[in-house]
Amino acid sequence: MQLIPCPWCGPREETEFHYGGQAHVAYPQDPAALSDEDWAKFVFFRANPSGPLPERWTHSAGCRRWFNAVRDTRTHDLLAVYRLDEPRPVIP
Amino acid sequence: MNPTAPGADLPEHPDFLWDNPDPKRSYDVVVVGGGGHGLATAYYLAKVHGITNVAVLEKGWLAGGNMARNTTIIRSNYLWDESSGIYEHSLKLWEGLEEDLGYPILFSQRGVLNLAHGLQDVRDSVRRVEANKLNGIDAEWVDAAGVKEICPIVNTSPDVRYPVLGATYQPRAGIAKHDYVAWGFARAAAALGVDLIQDCEVTGIETAAGRVTAVDTTRGRIAAGKVALCAAGHSSVVAKMAGFDLPLVSHPLQALVSELLEPVHPTVVMSNAVHVYVSQAHKGELVMGAGIDSYAGYGQRGAFHIIEDQMAAALELFPVFARAHLLRTWAGIVDVTPDASPIVGLTPVENLYLNCGWGTGGFKATPGVGDCFAHTVAKGKPHPYAEPFTLDRFTTGALVDEHGAAAVAH
Ligand SMILES: Cc1cc2nc3c(=O)[nH]c(=O)nc-3n(C[C@H](O)[C@H](O)[C@H](O)COP(=O)(O)OP(=O)(O)OC[C@H]3O[C@@H](n4cnc5c(N)ncnc54)[C@H](O)[C@@H]3O)c2cc1C
Ligand SMILES: [Zn+2]
Repeated sequence: MQLIPCPWCGPREETEFHYGGQAHVAYPQDPAALSDEDWAKFVFFRANPSGPLPERWTHSAGCRRWFNAVRDTRTHDLLAVYRLDEPRPVIP
Repeated sequence: MNPTAPGADLPEHPDFLWDNPDPKRSYDVVVVGGGGHGLATAYYLAKVHGITNVAVLEKGWLAGGNMARNTTIIRSNYLWDESSGIYEHSLKLWEGLEEDLGYPILFSQRGVLNLAHGLQDVRDSVRRVEANKLNGIDAEWVDAAGVKEICPIVNTSPDVRYPVLGATYQPRAGIAKHDYVAWGFARAAAALGVDLIQDCEVTGIETAAGRVTAVDTTRGRIAAGKVALCAAGHSSVVAKMAGFDLPLVSHPLQALVSELLEPVHPTVVMSNAVHVYVSQAHKGELVMGAGIDSYAGYGQRGAFHIIEDQMAAALELFPVFARAHLLRTWAGIVDVTPDASPIVGLTPVENLYLNCGWGTGGFKATPGVGDCFAHTVAKGKPHPYAEPFTLDRFTTGALVDEHGAAAVAH
């Protein structure tokens, strides 16, 4: 179990949160123009790096708000936590 | 030794079963990943197709990935015809594998109960039993009393939060000793001329004119006529080296064992709803698995609250375990697809073949996919049992949705 720093509530137990998968996956701007391949990418393909991954979390047992985090999938370390309206921070 | 002592049927610890050669500069086929699937693929390539100039490259030690970490449950009671085809093919191979490999694998057909805890669970289970029967697979629906008869230590009291309403039962299902399975395949493949190369991480995949030509490794460049990917949890990372993405997310999946106990648990019991599955290993440990950790992870460790949930579920189902001590826990990395079915077959790169996405349940497929994948690699086109599991299905929409029969239950 690890502590996750909610941008609004501060560090809380992992069990208070739910995982929302990869962040910054935008709905297609012009859906009608998409090919089957493009739809497949949008619906089924997600980044799966061994390393930093921007992802979505919700503090479901706390403030119930969504936020983004960059987490290293090898160590589970949270490298950055930021609000949905903030850009992905550059991780050195 | 007293022949009835727990573990009396275990063979002696083996001597070295294969050589440890240095890699050659080139091979007809390079298999990436020395888990059960990679070893089985190499074995069938050599045995069935006569292709023996083969190397299996393993970044760690042989079969030290998911092959050494799984809970060894083997069954073929999946819902769809496509899955029945490949898993039942595998189960039939398991039934003759000890003779085929000339090596003990302790395959024990002690049956598997998949519990149902709610009305919809019951309906889905009965549907699956009927689908299994139509596919010629042994399956029965048993009620709560029947569960008690097969496995007396299951708590079938109606007074628990998720009462046991019944179960699907596959008598031919069971467990095998995973290390022995890996060693059996390794020994037999090595005897046919396959080079098993440990401590050799693939770091790059070379292509020319859309066709694979070589792999770069921590032990140098190795030219390859064909490359077969069997990298389980790391499939996305390896595929990226060849320039394409996969619809996979890699998750930690944990398991644990108790201390050694007298024989108390005659079968395998699984529950998707409360998320635990339990069998008793040949030596006497209770082997228990849980669900995946929700988030992506390559660290081969998971969160402690998953273990807490798993123990709570185990105790409700098996009150007799209350005073058993936990001996150790560990995790593997499983690659999960959107439809809970594997991806086996061709890739956008010529002569590069893919076997991945078995998620939480690929151990049972070891001989079956080894056979089908070897055929796919040797012939350059999918084996009929592997054909439905193409990468293209995520574009065509022809998914094989096995969440009901697979998900995290093994
Ligand atoms: C806790 C747990 C419980 C499970 N329980 C069951 C069960 O009860 N029943 C069931 O059917 N399945 C179960 N599974 C799933 C099953 O173990 C896997 O689906 C199956 O083992 C995957 O195939 P494999 O054996 O080849 O994978 P692995 O043994 O993981 O083999 C892949 C190998 O590739 C190597 N590799 C990765 N990248 C590289 C590289 N770049 N270069 C060289 N080598 C590389 C890895 O080191 C690894 O050894 C379980 C898994 C876990 C983790
Ligand atoms: Zn909060």
